[in-house]
Amino acid sequence: MIFSPAVIALITGSLLVGGFALYASAVGLRILHHWDIRSGSELQLALERKTYLISTIFGCLLIFELFSLFLFVHTADNIHEQFIGAMCAAGSLNVNGYGYPTLILKTTVFILCGIWLVLNHTDNQGEDYPLILKKYRFLLTITALLVLELYFQFRYFREMQPNLITSCCGTIFNEDTAGLAGDAVAVPPTAAAVIFFTTVALALRMGLYFLTTGRAGTWFAWINGWLFLFSFIAVVSFISVYFYELPTHHCPFCILQPEYHAIGYFLYLFLFVGGITGVSVGILDRMKGPRSLAAVIPGVQKRLCIVSLTASVLFTIIALYPMIFSDFVLIGY
Amino acid sequence: MRWLERQRYLIDFTLSSLWRRKWKNLSLVLVYSLVIFFLSSVLFFTRAIRQEAGAILAEAPEMIIQRTIAGRHSLIPETYADTIREIRGVGSVKPRLWGYYFNMVSQANYTIMVPETFPHKETEIVVGEGVLRTWGSVEGNRLYFSAYDREAVLLTVVDSFDDQTALVTSDMILMAEPMFRKICGVPEGFATDLGVRVRNRRESDTIAGKIIRALPETRVITRADIQRTYAALFDWRSGYVIVLFSGAGLAFLIFAWDRATGLSAGEKNEIGILKGVGWETGDILAMKFWEGGVISSIAFLLGVTGAYGHVFFSSGILFEHALKGWAGLYPHFRLIPSVNFYQLATLFALTVLPYTLITLVPAWKTAITDPDTVMRQG
Amino acid sequence: MIRLVNIAKIYNAGKPNAFTALRGIDLTIPMQQITAFRGPSGSGKTTLLAIIGCMARPTSGRIWLGDRETTSLPERFATAVRRETFGFVFQNYNLIRGLSVMENIMIPAYPAGMKYRTLKDRAGELLMQMNMEDKAANRVEHLSGGEQQRVAIARALINDPEVIIADEPTAHLDTDMAGAFLEIVSALKAAGKTILIASHDPFVFGASPVDRLVSLRDGRLTAEEAAA
Repeated sequence: MIFSPAVIALITGSLLVGGFALYASAVGLRILHHWDIRSGSELQLALERKTYLISTIFGCLLIFELFSLFLFVHTADNIHEQFIGAMCAAGSLNVNGYGYPTLILKTTVFILCGIWLVLNHTDNQGEDYPLILKKYRFLLTITALLVLELYFQFRYFREMQPNLITSCCGTIFNEDTAGLAGDAVAVPPTAAAVIFFTTVALALRMGLYFLTTGRAGTWFAWINGWLFLFSFIAVVSFISVYFYELPTHHCPFCILQPEYHAIGYFLYLFLFVGGITGVSVGILDRMKGPRSLAAVIPGVQKRLCIVSLTASVLFTIIALYPMIFSDFVLIGY
Repeated sequence: MRWLERQRYLIDFTLSSLWRRKWKNLSLVLVYSLVIFFLSSVLFFTRAIRQEAGAILAEAPEMIIQRTIAGRHSLIPETYADTIREIRGVGSVKPRLWGYYFNMVSQANYTIMVPETFPHKETEIVVGEGVLRTWGSVEGNRLYFSAYDREAVLLTVVDSFDDQTALVTSDMILMAEPMFRKICGVPEGFATDLGVRVRNRRESDTIAGKIIRALPETRVITRADIQRTYAALFDWRSGYVIVLFSGAGLAFLIFAWDRATGLSAGEKNEIGILKGVGWETGDILAMKFWEGGVISSIAFLLGVTGAYGHVFFSSGILFEHALKGWAGLYPHFRLIPSVNFYQLATLFALTVLPYTLITLVPAWKTAITDPDTVMRQG
Repeated sequence: MIRLVNIAKIYNAGKPNAFTALRGIDLTIPMQQITAFRGPSGSGKTTLLAIIGCMARPTSGRIWLGDRETTSLPERFATAVRRETFGFVFQNYNLIRGLSVMENIMIPAYPAGMKYRTLKDRAGELLMQMNMEDKAANRVEHLSGGEQQRVAIARALINDPEVIIADEPTAHLDTDMAGAFLEIVSALKAAGKTILIASHDPFVFGASPVDRLVSLRDGRLTAEEAAA
């Protein structure tokens, strides 16, 4: 096992956070069983107070998940020299069967936490906590995924064997390689760019329409969801290539390295923020119904929409920057 | 804007509240800073040494060829160099002469080396700062050596290494080849090992394979091997220290938790009043969050700054006893100051995050004080 | 007006140490008047005021503030309503030691996030009304009992609430200071505020500004009448 301080930090952090999430879930179960907003009993009062604790725990959880996502990737990147064949995080994550699943789980938990906090914030504006039951069922799902992530992460670090030969990003993110990574690279850059920019334009248009009319929130969410997923393909297909100025280099992790000014962190941060807030607009659409939220939901959706649009624009600007200002030509060559 | 203004008021109140209880908070800040100081020192030190090692290794030959007999390192015939030179892709092969010298007087091991060029007389040497400091059997600027045949040899120190290089040169002695062979007993025609430079780095592994096939009793140590070993070793060492430290870390967390739960009557009263005049649970929680943030920030700043000074200005003096190797020497060196965001992020995850989580439940318990307790206090 | 219907409060319900503080209280409190609640210790005055002021929730029954029911409002909303509608003057004043008079007065307004300048000006005005503008920077523990009470009143008024609730306001005051307190209360009533006072001091419920008297005993309403 690789025993670096960052690995210890990740494992102990995950254990702590996982423990707290389990505790929050236990409280959540009690809430699901005994909640009765009309009652003035002491049990009800205690449960209402517990909701503050859970909100706070999940707020911390969200920050930790984002933090640990970046720390995890950076750690994988940092230890790559201990594996023959690895030149960056792509190789380190490929060292055993737990690396990439851990990454995907961390990403998923982070996104779900973000959505949960949006729901929580909205629910708290309603005088009768109308979304409480849905919220806490959702919370149980997140906790289950978090525990799974904990387990995978632990197995990943535990099973690391430095003398195993792994592949690097050049091999993983190569059009001839079978699998999702290879398929992403095989998408022709021009086609990927067209789809990507069209989706961005569509998302912007839908967002502005939503802001002015308050309608089509669900469509906006779907577009953003698609944009979020496709952006990863776009990064692999052509966005990262422009940063590397090398037509065969498609790695989505190398842009996190200092030699590229760690631009990857900003890119992915805006991508996640845009995705979470955009999708949340649609989710809140589905939560419309309770009278106490009738006035609340549109306001929250509007704010989320603005944040989502801003994040998408910033992401696009970062992606466009090398396309416009560097001498490298990929599309249209 | 209201949100911003509200945070401003909360921070203001938090600062005043912390100041009003400064002595009680001081003990917490001190312990917290010490924890961060220790962890940061370990991280900074490890990384700086690792970077130094990396810088040094960058100049090293791509491969070292050593001869082994019964699994142990043995002297290598210089004629092996000719065999290796014939392999395609090999740039140059240079026999290297180096070894260890145990000084009975100082009970320490020193490294003796013959550099590629040595523009001094045979009885002259160049030494590191640790050598001069510790040799013991010194006559003016001449050092007594006991040669391989037990003959006493007096060598004159004509130059010493720059302090900047003390990390690697502290225990080093450079001398001319004939004197080296006399002192260390390496016969003519033999060398300690061979340094090989290859034309294309990517062919290292292939060439290494060819060398082993041509000279089966040798072992090849590539630069990449060394880098990988160092990386693993430094990571492992620093990780191990942190795990050993976990007992103290746990004690700190228990202390923090105890401090957070053990509110004085005055503090409880104050929270009750705040709830009574219109602050709700979320406001108290926000205040507690800022409190934790201020304490963590101060402790982080103190701890990291202290560690920076400790590692980069006093050569990590607190680690001396743990780090003195078999050489018995501890060099006085200056590491190149270098801190990166990754280290700070790791530190944050190891200290601030556990602290925040541990104090979360006590903070919440405080925040849910009944607003009407202040009425019932009458 | 404030309307209470069948309000009951049981502490530690279902446990061996259950205690019924209020039983079936039906009450209507008119606005812009001074209502005094009287009764011996343990009669439930303080509990009733806490429930009216959205500080505690009744075990059963309903409360209306105007046409808004506040009975089962979650804490967040109850606190917001309380902050906007009610100002409390506690029996022991409960000022925060170590802070200045000005800071103590401003604290209830912090969560609302009002602009600092506006808040400070309003606090200054209140201090002037209480004739305490020269003590703004003094620490509250250095004030006399009467001065502390005036600071407590100013604090209760910082959010410009409709209703002032005072719990045993004359308990630590001599006759002169109690008279001064009643003068302040009259002035507040003239300014359109509703005042609720809990007291077992005959000086209070015999005083002229008081409009209504509500009597409590063992958690029950025993009398509700206009003051003489």
